[in-house]
Amino acid sequence: MFVQALAFYLFAAVAIAAGVMVISSRNPVHSVLFLILAFFNAAGLFILMGAEFLAMILVVVYVGAVAVLFLFVVMMLDINFVELRQGFLQYLPFGALVALALLAELALVLGTWLVSPEASALSRAPTPPADQITNTHALGAVIYTDYIYLFQAAGIILLISMIGAIVLTLRQREGVRRQSVPRQIARRREEAVELKKVPTRSGI
Amino acid sequence: MSSADVMIALPEIFMAVAGMALLLLGTFLTRNPTRVITWLTILVLAFVFVTVAWETPARTTAFEGMFVADQFGRFMKLLVLLGSGLALAMSTGYVEREQMSRFEFPVLILFATLGMMLMISANDLISLYLGLEMQSLALYVVAAFRRETVRSTEAGLKYFVLGALSSGMLLYGASLVYGFAGTTRFEELATVLAGDAVSAGAVIGLVFIAAGIAFKISAVPFHMWTPDVYEGAPTPVTAFFAAAPKIAAMALCARVLLGPFVGLTNEWQQILIVVSVGSMLLGAFAAINQTNIKRLMAYSSIGNVGYALVGLAAGTEQGLRGVLIYMAIYLFMTLGTFACILAMKQKGRMVEQIADLAGLSRTNPMLALALALFMFSMAGIPPLAGFFAKYFVFLAAVEAELYTLAVIGVLSSVVSAFYYWRIVRVMYFEDAVEGLDRPMEPGIAAVLAVSTAVITLFILLPGAILGGARIAAQSLFPA
Repeated sequence: MFVQALAFYLFAAVAIAAGVMVISSRNPVHSVLFLILAFFNAAGLFILMGAEFLAMILVVVYVGAVAVLFLFVVMMLDINFVELRQGFLQYLPFGALVALALLAELALVLGTWLVSPEASALSRAPTPPADQITNTHALGAVIYTDYIYLFQAAGIILLISMIGAIVLTLRQREGVRRQSVPRQIARRREEAVELKKVPTRSGI
Repeated sequence: MSSADVMIALPEIFMAVAGMALLLLGTFLTRNPTRVITWLTILVLAFVFVTVAWETPARTTAFEGMFVADQFGRFMKLLVLLGSGLALAMSTGYVEREQMSRFEFPVLILFATLGMMLMISANDLISLYLGLEMQSLALYVVAAFRRETVRSTEAGLKYFVLGALSSGMLLYGASLVYGFAGTTRFEELATVLAGDAVSAGAVIGLVFIAAGIAFKISAVPFHMWTPDVYEGAPTPVTAFFAAAPKIAAMALCARVLLGPFVGLTNEWQQILIVVSVGSMLLGAFAAINQTNIKRLMAYSSIGNVGYALVGLAAGTEQGLRGVLIYMAIYLFMTLGTFACILAMKQKGRMVEQIADLAGLSRTNPMLALALALFMFSMAGIPPLAGFFAKYFVFLAAVEAELYTLAVIGVLSSVVSAFYYWRIVRVMYFEDAVEGLDRPMEPGIAAVLAVSTAVITLFILLPGAILGGARIAAQSLFPA
């Protein structure tokens, strides 16, 4: 129990500290690296709650794909972040006000939230107890069977986004030397090598 | 999943597989892949049209109740397939002329149509969202398809950003509803939300879902993207946008409001009345000053959505029948008008100003006559089909005692008659500065012939649309 509590406070504290560093560090590359740290600690919190699937997804998707994408964008695009950041602090009071209002609203909504009495009976795939089955296993049991329709539809959506990205960005550029394997193989010795008789002491 | 599930969703599964096969085929074809793939896509759409028309399903659900096939879905799917197929048939010449000749274009249209079919058949909040997103994602890409022109990319980007916002609203609403009901299936939601103690959270969820769908049908106050996207997107894409996606989103709207949220009818009726009045008035007044005919059609489509929502606001079977008839006739009017717009060329160059139509009655009397018929039909002048479309929705509103709504509808339709008449006046009473090119592509001519025939002959043979709409409307109102 003590170890768990210790781990929780460790993960939570590091996650918050990393979050603060993301928005306060001057170097955007450092920001992205702190973001990755925050993601890892959030994944640790998920594991403490017994949601190991979410933890894995967080690391795979957010650290593996999103954060690396950010890193690419930050490093490839020529954006002057120092200029963007100027006057950033003057929005702080207003931002804090908005955050406070949102917090109050959230508390109000949660305080009066009503769940339909039939809701628990209608639950389609109730969460099985954690000591019997891991939640990765439980998700895997339904996603390719009961939810195959949604799974396939999501696949087609990804296919469309792939087609879209290629259609909108792929350009056939002129003057690019491409490798052509058949041409390389079909090349004969006579075309590639020229033998010259070089007389002694005179060069070609 | 069982084989019965597969049989119920067979048209959709066939479309998905055909789309992927065409994509592969397109990469391997060396000679004129766009033209071949376009006609193959039309063939696929026609085949699916026949299979959907063939079966007359009693209401059946598949895939754990996430997918539903019924008469309502059948009617709407037929309209959507017709809209996509005809829009694609009109596009061939334009695509080749305007550097859009890439075979992904018809494939994306096919996938967008597939998304619309899934939207129409959605019986669960998750399948609703996935269908909507499948459609929208393909539409964003085709809007920006002429990527070397600034206006087309601007249209695509604008549509994408605002579309993502509306998807977010819809998802937020869905999460609130799920938080209250504990389920996402439409039948179960209907029983839960019919209870007495419905929390404010669920009603807020309904409002957000309605806002998300209102964006997709471009109803006021979520219409801002429409004129810019319609103007900037390539013309065949605009024709497609105005036809099929509107019908699919309207079908989704009807299915969601009359299905899971039928218990909250009083709540959504208020929303629909405001949205409908706003759309009708904006469609009527904002179109008056337009000089670009594509922008004008954008405002006209906003107004038309307003009229269709009048029928839905009634919340009765009569009203739904009116909506279905309206959307069916609207499909032909829109496609016909856009066929005329696609035929507007001067020396091989596309023009889209209303002033360019001057003197069309002398340079090309048949095209002028057809466009005049569509304009009169849109204005709702009998005996053209547009009159009956409006008649049925206003009748339903009067029967549901929504007198104010019906009166505002009639008045705004009088105002809109003014700008439709302006186009006719330009064509018939102004002299041509520079005439339009005469020869018309066969695809455009065919669409023009079909839609003119439907608009003018509707009064003689109304049975197909009226009867189909009646059976379809009955299927959403279990006796």
